[in-house]
Amino acid sequence: MPLNCKHLLGLEGMQKEDINSILDTATSFREVLDRPIKKVPTLQGKTIVNLFFESSTRTRISFELAERRLSADVVNFSADSSSVKKGETLKDTARNIEAMKIDMVVIRHSAPGAPHFLSNVINSVIINAGDGSHEHPTQALLDMYTIREKFGKLDNLKICIVGDISHSRVALSNIYGLKTMGAEVAVCGPATLIPRYIEKLGVTVFHKIDDAIQWADILNVLRIQLERQDRVFFPSLQEYRKYFGITKERLLKSGRDVTIMHPGPINRDVELSADVADSKYSLILQQVLNGVAVRMAVLYLLGTRS
Amino acid sequence: MQYLLKNLHLIDPQEKIDTLADILITDGVIEKIGTRISGNKNIKEIDLEGSFAAPGFIDMHVHFREPGFEYKETIETGIHSAANGGFTAVCPMPNTNPPVENEALVRWLIDQSKQIHDGIVDLYPIAAVTKGREGKELAPMLELAEAGAVGFSDDGSPVENAEVLRRALEYAKMTSRLIIQHAEDLNLSKGGVMNEGFVSTSLGMQPIPAASEESVIARDLKLVEYLMAPYHIAHISTSGSVDLVRNAKSKKLPVTCEVTPHHFTMSDEMVRSFDTNTKMNPPLRSKDDLEALKEGLKDGTIDVIASDHAPHSFDEKQVEFLFAPFGIIGLETAIGLALTELFHKKILTIQQIIEKFSINPRKILNLPKIKIAEGERANITIFNLDIEWIVDIEKFKSKSKNSPFHGKKLKGKPVAVFNNGQLVVSDL
Repeated sequence: MPLNCKHLLGLEGMQKEDINSILDTATSFREVLDRPIKKVPTLQGKTIVNLFFESSTRTRISFELAERRLSADVVNFSADSSSVKKGETLKDTARNIEAMKIDMVVIRHSAPGAPHFLSNVINSVIINAGDGSHEHPTQALLDMYTIREKFGKLDNLKICIVGDISHSRVALSNIYGLKTMGAEVAVCGPATLIPRYIEKLGVTVFHKIDDAIQWADILNVLRIQLERQDRVFFPSLQEYRKYFGITKERLLKSGRDVTIMHPGPINRDVELSADVADSKYSLILQQVLNGVAVRMAVLYLLGTRS
Repeated sequence: MQYLLKNLHLIDPQEKIDTLADILITDGVIEKIGTRISGNKNIKEIDLEGSFAAPGFIDMHVHFREPGFEYKETIETGIHSAANGGFTAVCPMPNTNPPVENEALVRWLIDQSKQIHDGIVDLYPIAAVTKGREGKELAPMLELAEAGAVGFSDDGSPVENAEVLRRALEYAKMTSRLIIQHAEDLNLSKGGVMNEGFVSTSLGMQPIPAASEESVIARDLKLVEYLMAPYHIAHISTSGSVDLVRNAKSKKLPVTCEVTPHHFTMSDEMVRSFDTNTKMNPPLRSKDDLEALKEGLKDGTIDVIASDHAPHSFDEKQVEFLFAPFGIIGLETAIGLALTELFHKKILTIQQIIEKFSINPRKILNLPKIKIAEGERANITIFNLDIEWIVDIEKFKSKSKNSPFHGKKLKGKPVAVFNNGQLVVSDL
């Protein structure tokens, strides 16, 4: 079924049927990834530009693999080697690239709303690959796909997002998507890293990790960034680890069978200890694999929607 | 040169005038006010039936960008914009390059303004409080005042250091001129681009809390209470700030404040569009703040409506929200927004609107009182309460077009201004 939207700018306001279409379509592409020849001709003749104004490893590779496996022509642009440093605006950069006849743009940018701005100044299909601390819709879609794969459903599951919620695009997209799909969502972290008024999004707030572990079926753990110390968001990584780090000991003590997810890259021994990250609790590598299938689904559904 | 303005509704709350009349102006002076004054072919006669005439409106907070940023606005385009918007006087802020912090620049600004349309708009400069607007050493306030500066402000930046503010208040008091504070705690607002609230949380935007404005006002009011020196707060934007000022006024402190039309018209919900013309400092606040600002206007806590007219070029605003400069233009929408949002929604009477656009700012700035009376120089703003119009940025005289109100339907608009013997009919 074609999607109701032209672009994938975010999951806020996206309809449940659209999310289901993407997840269902991803299931077929997930099968393609298990074949010896992992390529389909679906987007043959389409040109996709990956506009990355922020460094990214896994998201960029995941998108590029998805695009190539759909047989699209792919051009990569990264901010370091680009005209951006010469002072060209996003609008000019995008319009110049579009003048070369492209079909879709995948954009990663540090400014919230940059993909929305782009959708007003060019005609191509826009996919948001992360805009500042606003949204990262394909990450949330692949998280939901991975959860659905394990639990067979999304509704009535309890998912707690742990860590730096204030500066996370993954958190917001997960909150929007999961709430639409009928899951219960909580966030856990130090008060300084949880934005004010977040409970108005229908989210429960925890400040004690053991309370979150008792409550949740799934913990989606975010990377904690050392730079945040500069703005007095928390005193030290050592203290963070002690009060919010997820360790095997903590999980065993809880007596609960909690599933662990992480959008990567992991700060090992800060937010997650190795004996959790690489354990039976963890779905982290499945997330990465599913990411390619979900992005193929998004590219296919938007790229073939006339 | 003689003008006969026919069928006006004269209204001046200060003189308790509220009457229908014609005005005959000879060489810029009101010769006669009366009914059915007859003209002749040597008199330029204009029928203004249905329009009101009030003492000329002043916008005490504008940015004309000259010298230094002439691609955004010049004194000339700024003045045309003011006249088109219904103002006969403006107070440009000193955050130009170089900043207005010496006598010569103050005199130059005033002289320049007199060249434009024969001085249709009086320009009263605000000079810097501190050298380089750096908040460290006092600018030469006595000299600046003597040259014609009507107030002092580091607008765009706060006077952060409490001791510097104390000395500035003491020094300015000798000149009978105000310190105008841009109230912002730069640590609390650091990196912020919009109001801290549910909307900033749902957009993942770096927030500016209400407390960044309120904490500075609270501190400053302690100094004002101690020194009893006149202090005016620019572009007040939060419910908490209104409460602080209301409380200070009840203690008879010499405090006054202004609000912009955009802060009483739009809430932070508008930022959801990512339109960079919804980015300003202070930011658009919550719906509750909006209501509190209207309440403050109504009960007299807020003395003045001022536009904070902040021109930026088209390209400067055609960028990601995060990177866009703060500010919007406002001279040509201020009266329309005030009449639409405050008069027609029964927040303020027409007398109160005139107080906030003309009487109060002139009082606060110690400017000469303007009267619409025989023998007085004619300084008049003419506006219509009932004309419905669509804001069109192409009709603006400002060099910049950064307004979020393009396409908005307003009820009530400026019709003309008369000042220094000149008449400008609005093109809006």
